[in-house]
Amino acid sequence: MQTTIQPVKQVPGNADFEVRSLDTICINESVQRHPWWYNFKYLAVGIVFGVVFIKAEIISWFRIQEMFRLQSFHMYGVIGTAVLVGMISVWLIRRFNIKTIHGEEITFHPKKFNRGQVYGGLLFGAGWALTGACPGPLFAQIGTGALVVGVVLLSAVAGTWMYGYFREKLPH
Amino acid sequence: MLQILQQPWPWYVAGALIGLIVPALLLLGNKHFGISANLRHACAACFPAGIKFFRYDWKKEMWNFFFVGGILAGAVITALLLPNPDPVVVNPALAKELAGYGITSQGSLLPAELFSWSGLFSLRGSILLVGGGFLVGFGSRYAGGCTSGHAIMGLSNLQWPSLVATVMFMAGGFITANLLLPLILHL
Repeated sequence: MQTTIQPVKQVPGNADFEVRSLDTICINESVQRHPWWYNFKYLAVGIVFGVVFIKAEIISWFRIQEMFRLQSFHMYGVIGTAVLVGMISVWLIRRFNIKTIHGEEITFHPKKFNRGQVYGGLLFGAGWALTGACPGPLFAQIGTGALVVGVVLLSAVAGTWMYGYFREKLPH
Repeated sequence: MLQILQQPWPWYVAGALIGLIVPALLLLGNKHFGISANLRHACAACFPAGIKFFRYDWKKEMWNFFFVGGILAGAVITALLLPNPDPVVVNPALAKELAGYGITSQGSLLPAELFSWSGLFSLRGSILLVGGGFLVGFGSRYAGGCTSGHAIMGLSNLQWPSLVATVMFMAGGFITANLLLPLILHL
């Protein structure tokens, strides 16, 4: 099977990468281009994530309320363990300069601080406490059959759009 | 085996598996773990409206749609094949507090009084679902990421702005859950 690797076309004057990397932590660092069906590997990772979300009750509105009322250690344990495992993994990848399965170098970029992380963080925390969900769990809640959460998801897309619209006027 | 899988999983199992998503995405294609960005890609794909923030090559981010599609599929599979046979256990103090607002349904992961179509058309339900959803979308983009992007990927990568964001997520949640939510649930 032949892997097609083409470099990304650089449009002159296109600040695409820069614009995106300043606004988001989860940037797609890959410059390789693959056929669309290569994306099924991310579907597989997502499925594992979805199963964990339900089985560990991370998508539960009750668990989120317990967390913010300090009535349960569960969510702190989940997030703490995840960060620890993630940290060790990133350290190992950097230490041994491990490449992707396609042989590409794994890259990290330092994140710049801006005041958006404070204001946006507070607003996001409020939304998290009200809906009992962050963006990932929204999809999992819908998957369990709570179709009304589709309204929450659409509202979240609307919120993202409004941010894009007012972005230049907001303090950062 | 099936019985163990059906029961709620302990935090260290869930935390370790979520933590492993970070290297999995990096190794599979140099992708940084994060979910809220797909809300932006959805805007860029469907309603860019000439806004600069939504003008980029969203097709390059297609992997993120597959990723959340997986989350949805994983949830469906779990709900069908591995449902927890026992009702969800809620801290008695929380159950007592919620009962004071008339929220007594505790069989599932979401309270039916709020997360249902009839709940949506109540005043408090619509504030929670529509208002809360809006804040999730607006706030996560304003902060440059959500719990997965900042609290997990950002902290794993030792980014101190992500620590600021994570502390603010928690602060916003504490204030809202303890001060604001009781007012809304009283409506």
